[in-house]
Amino acid sequence: MTHLQRESCELAIVGGGPAGLAAATLAAELGVETVLFDEQSAPGGQVYRNVEANAPRHDALAAILGGDYAGGLALVRAFRASGAAYEPESAVWQVAASGKVGVSRGGRAYLTRAQRVVLATGAMERPVPVPGWTLPGVMGAGAVQTLMKASGIVPDRPVVLAGCGPLLYLVAVQLVRANAPLVAVVDTSAATLAGTVRAALPLLPAFAGDLAKGLSWIATLKARRIPIHKGSRLVVEGTGRVEAVTFDSGGRRVRIATSLLLLHEGVIPNNQVTTSLRCKHVWNVAQAAWRPETDPFGATSSARVAVAGDGAGIGGARAAVHRGRLAALDAAFRLGRIGRDERDARARPERTALAREARLRAFLDRVYRPAEAVRPLDDDTLACRCEEVSAGELRGLIAEGFTDLNQLKSFSRCGMGQCQGRMCAGTVGRILAEGLATDMAAVGHYRLRIPVKPLPLAELAELGHADRNDKPVLEVADGDPSQRI
Amino acid sequence: MTRTDVIVIGGGIHGCCTALHLARRGLKPIVLEKNTVGRHASGVNAGGVRQLMRHTAEIPLSMAAMDAWERLDALLGPELAANCNFVGGVGQIGIAESAQELAWCRERVAEMRALGYDFEELIDADELKRLVPSVADICRGGIVSRRDGHANPFRTTQSFRLRAEQLGARILERTRVTGLEQGDGGWTVTTDRGTFGADIVVNCGGAWAWQAGAMVGEHFPKSHFASTLMVTSRMPHFIDPVVIGIDRVLSFKQTEAGTVVIGGGILGDPDLDAETAETVSDRMMESAATVYEFFPILRQATIVRTWAGLEALMPDVIPVIGPSRVASGLWHAFGFSGHGFQLGPIVGSVIADLIVDGVSPLPIAAFSPTRFTAEGKLRPPAQ
Repeated sequence: MTHLQRESCELAIVGGGPAGLAAATLAAELGVETVLFDEQSAPGGQVYRNVEANAPRHDALAAILGGDYAGGLALVRAFRASGAAYEPESAVWQVAASGKVGVSRGGRAYLTRAQRVVLATGAMERPVPVPGWTLPGVMGAGAVQTLMKASGIVPDRPVVLAGCGPLLYLVAVQLVRANAPLVAVVDTSAATLAGTVRAALPLLPAFAGDLAKGLSWIATLKARRIPIHKGSRLVVEGTGRVEAVTFDSGGRRVRIATSLLLLHEGVIPNNQVTTSLRCKHVWNVAQAAWRPETDPFGATSSARVAVAGDGAGIGGARAAVHRGRLAALDAAFRLGRIGRDERDARARPERTALAREARLRAFLDRVYRPAEAVRPLDDDTLACRCEEVSAGELRGLIAEGFTDLNQLKSFSRCGMGQCQGRMCAGTVGRILAEGLATDMAAVGHYRLRIPVKPLPLAELAELGHADRNDKPVLEVADGDPSQRI
Repeated sequence: MTRTDVIVIGGGIHGCCTALHLARRGLKPIVLEKNTVGRHASGVNAGGVRQLMRHTAEIPLSMAAMDAWERLDALLGPELAANCNFVGGVGQIGIAESAQELAWCRERVAEMRALGYDFEELIDADELKRLVPSVADICRGGIVSRRDGHANPFRTTQSFRLRAEQLGARILERTRVTGLEQGDGGWTVTTDRGTFGADIVVNCGGAWAWQAGAMVGEHFPKSHFASTLMVTSRMPHFIDPVVIGIDRVLSFKQTEAGTVVIGGGILGDPDLDAETAETVSDRMMESAATVYEFFPILRQATIVRTWAGLEALMPDVIPVIGPSRVASGLWHAFGFSGHGFQLGPIVGSVIADLIVDGVSPLPIAAFSPTRFTAEGKLRPPAQ
């Protein structure tokens, strides 16, 4: 099937999660010609994946996924009714500073010229490079949740969840509801229960609902007699695949046999596109992650490009909706649909709501600070799993005088593999920062260029809407092939 | 002020190699590099070690360089030599698809024979298929240089740097030259990290070399460009030689890692002041199309990265190698116009010979800075 290849649009939105959906809905309502590009086949993003199909079902899966998930349906319906164009199954592999968006759909790639771009590319799970983390049978908790939402698949063999953060407990509860054989939860957060309660008190009564939900998750696990361990210094054991996880707990070493280990220490912004655009980024100490620097509307240092939602710093699904609307208001203003006063007036309630969400986020950031994911790696542990580069090899290069992340990449191939450095950028940066006794802000990020998603050569060869007047090579010396560059 | 005998401006392959050879000759060179060693063209080029289809003026240098490539052990020691990932003897092949291209190959080989060079050979479709079984049947033959091959450019440049340091050279990264002045006591080189004094300065500044010239009132073309490369995910081994196009936009090789590096002089968008370059997908189409037209196996390939490096471009596409035309004790080696990597092991040796012995055994007259006018324009060729 050949899909329409749009030549241009006023506003391109990348990503169909809460931020992208909210941005597209409002922008379209304000009269902006809006196209939303998303890799999935239905709107919802990671958090509301497949919600149109799953939420109306009154079956076991709906019950497993819970009420918050079903709440995403209203967002999707508003988007469907908004008049924004929707391009599903479309991977965006380029956003150029000029506004040229590279899209791949149905085995064909093309370029769309957008006057403005809102990136709503969301978050990815933070890699947790503990010893043995690359063994088969170790996955991210989010990956398992994706399987549940997309196809109702639930693990049927013993599973251990280890890490920290709200999603860890949500997935634990979803697994329990689905009758998956959950053996144990290993909580790696440094916070004590008493400390957590103390930190939570100022959030009452405003966030009573959220806190009650968190407590109910723990109560559900207790009722099902799922052991919850406090654990640190995780090691994944196994020959050829995971057999057990061991960790320090209460002054002793605990070993739990399992055939599936789900690691999760929160999520980090998915910032490949803003990095490829060389947007200014800042190291977010509280979230131990890079985020693009933005103004209150999400505008980045790249003139045509804004970021909304978790891609601009983790804020959660509710905040993403407000951030999406702010980006839409600013787009409508820049494209001449509304005036500055209207933009600012309509932004006020969104910003008030965001400020409220920020209080909860600050609490979550404090309590669920990553621990295992930021511990110095053992020399033997792989920092880059695609190219199999160990922490020890990188330390050797740093000892030899390498002072730059991109030098490490060029020499060792770390970050050059199929994931394009998504998985190891933070880890390798941390190893370099440790080696140079400096901080992450000083070592920076890998230099990235297009394509931000792997692109088949055959698609590039037949790129739609490319500028054919743009000479590909220099013409020198009367075309004599021996005087080539 | 730090005093030494020679300051080298620029930590690319030619700057590092110059420092290496000067140190071998007993001098104490200091290399001043504004970023990090091999940050631009030297570290990110396609890694072709190619004598094939060169400008005839470059051939004596290129042949001497080839000898040095084949004896990297002697220059670098076994460990650093191995670090370069040099693969020689696999050949580089110019592929002819059209009758005109094949005719050009025939003329080229005849011209080379007349000049006394026999390393370029005409090959027919059968020999092409033998050397490259994966080539499409539409290709009619071409031209081969069998000693040629490829190396890892970043690792090679690093190896030259480390060897230079072992021999006593100092390489100062993140040290940007801001001024160059000649006085009674020799050269004063000002940087953002202190002042250096030296008897001799060598300008290996690549795309920025014209700026060092301008500091002493010696003008060169300011032209530069950014050559783009694309790389695929790992593929099963299917080709040994490096292949290039004659008239078509084509150049690729398979690395030891299994990835395929595809180029052909595709232009990126250079930004000399920001010291970076962007790659432009619109311009990659033609190269991508040619690659898979000539090599159907690449229809399954996936591009995972692209990059571009900044490089000086001379209007006659040959480098500037030789003494300054306005000042004594200043030497130039830049302007390699996108094909300087293979010359990497030899240019520094030429410069060291010129500095220490006052003469190079290799012919370099064609590269003289005197071919430019005072304003930096290329003079018309002498009739």
